[in-house]
Amino acid sequence: MARTGYFATVIVAVIAASGLSACGGDARSGRSGALTVFAAASLTGAFTEIGEAFMEENPDVEVTFNFAASSELVTQITEGAPADVFASADRRNMDQLVEAERNDGEPAVFATNSLAIILEPGNPQEITGLADLADPDLIVVSCDPAVPIGAYTEEVLGNAGVDAEFDSFEEDVKAIVTKVTAGEADAGIVYATDVTAAGDDAAGVEIPADVNITAEYPIVAVADAPNGDGAGAWIGLVAGDAGQEILATYGFGSP
Amino acid sequence: MTRAAGRDRLPAPALGLAVVAVAFFTLPFVGLLWRTPWGDAWGVLSQPAVRQALRLSVVCSLWATGLSLLFGVPLAWLLARVDFRGRSVVRAMCTLSMVLPPVVGGVALFFALGRRGLFGQYLDRWFGVRLPFSTAAVVVAQTFVAMPFLVLTVEGALRQMDRRYDDAARTLGASRWYAFRRVTLPAARPAVIAGVVLAWARALGEFGATITFAGNFPGRTRTIPLSTYLALQSSPDEALILSLLLIAVSFVVLVGLRDRWLGGIRAPAGAG
Repeated sequence: MARTGYFATVIVAVIAASGLSACGGDARSGRSGALTVFAAASLTGAFTEIGEAFMEENPDVEVTFNFAASSELVTQITEGAPADVFASADRRNMDQLVEAERNDGEPAVFATNSLAIILEPGNPQEITGLADLADPDLIVVSCDPAVPIGAYTEEVLGNAGVDAEFDSFEEDVKAIVTKVTAGEADAGIVYATDVTAAGDDAAGVEIPADVNITAEYPIVAVADAPNGDGAGAWIGLVAGDAGQEILATYGFGSP
Repeated sequence: MTRAAGRDRLPAPALGLAVVAVAFFTLPFVGLLWRTPWGDAWGVLSQPAVRQALRLSVVCSLWATGLSLLFGVPLAWLLARVDFRGRSVVRAMCTLSMVLPPVVGGVALFFALGRRGLFGQYLDRWFGVRLPFSTAAVVVAQTFVAMPFLVLTVEGALRQMDRRYDDAARTLGASRWYAFRRVTLPAARPAVIAGVVLAWARALGEFGATITFAGNFPGRTRTIPLSTYLALQSSPDEALILSLLLIAVSFVVLVGLRDRWLGGIRAPAGAG
């Protein structure tokens, strides 16, 4: 039963992910009524809920999301994808957007996050910390350093002096979570919020504060946004009390 | 009948539509060529990581093509020549992976052959074999999406072929296996070559099922399409050069084999 539920979730997630990225190039009309938010994969849960709050406040606006690796989103936006808002999981990818002059206004940090180790439920491999990730017998997955979680992971492992043995570099942080919750990988380093979001499907091991990092999430309106007005309203909601409250329930910190 | 019959003259409307179709296929490649930073090409292609990915791509796609040939031709023969209940269902099953989004194919492979998969758990428990994240998984993923191209091509040819040659061989005392090897297969050779080329090209470009089922690790599972996807995020110029590499290799093979295969298919049809 649980297996079927999981199967359905993965299929739906995969179809949604491929559908959404395919829709990235979909031209939306300039009329209000549609707001397209490009956001880091780790924001999936929190932004979806904020989207519901947004549509309650603005019943005439239809919010659509494109959740993917921040690095991929930047590429899509600089290639002309009609995004209104971009929320990145790191400053580096936001800087690339600014460098390409695709931002409208200054990016502002709206949330923070930290890293944690994600494991199979019950922790069958008895992983207790970063040092265990150097075990070549374990299947450990990460992301390429171009993806924010990949860069953060390198930083944390550097701080801890651990030379982890990775087996695969996935597309984005959600793919790491999926590989672990599916039981195909033993461990991965993800955002602390991802371990919370996985609930019973995964276990987590905290990374000590002295080697952990603080991931800062900047947000900005995209230049020539089809719905610039809506973009401003979205950023206002996310930075405001209501948005911050939702982000906090998913485990994000305030800037 | 004779090929010297010359060129057919297409009616103007059909010609117009055909030209639009040609432009539709050509323009994206022109766009690629236009954006490609040619000056960087050698620098990118001489990177050890790129060579590694290219070598992996070639090796895995050849394995996948070989497996497709080994299993695909008998499968095509079964579908074309043997009457059995549920044949159309079997055919649909065996070609489903062509129309499935490759990522879904990769997920399906996971649930079947992964460490916790329906069969994969026994592979792990009994033989200690873990497919995901290995080079073998790349070959499996590529074979899964590529073989149907060979099966359909060969099956189509076997159906069109005159069965009387086989029957004649059989009445002359040839065993079923002998007739298959010495009569059926040689006659279907052009279609087999065409199927091999199609399957190989599909395997070479395979991305979705590979990254889902085999993961992405340099030297082990990172083929050229995966490198291209990755490069797209960090250095789009490099991605352009990598994709051109793939296009160039495929194009040369497609051009090189096309005449041969079209010419070959015509011969048995003309004879019949």
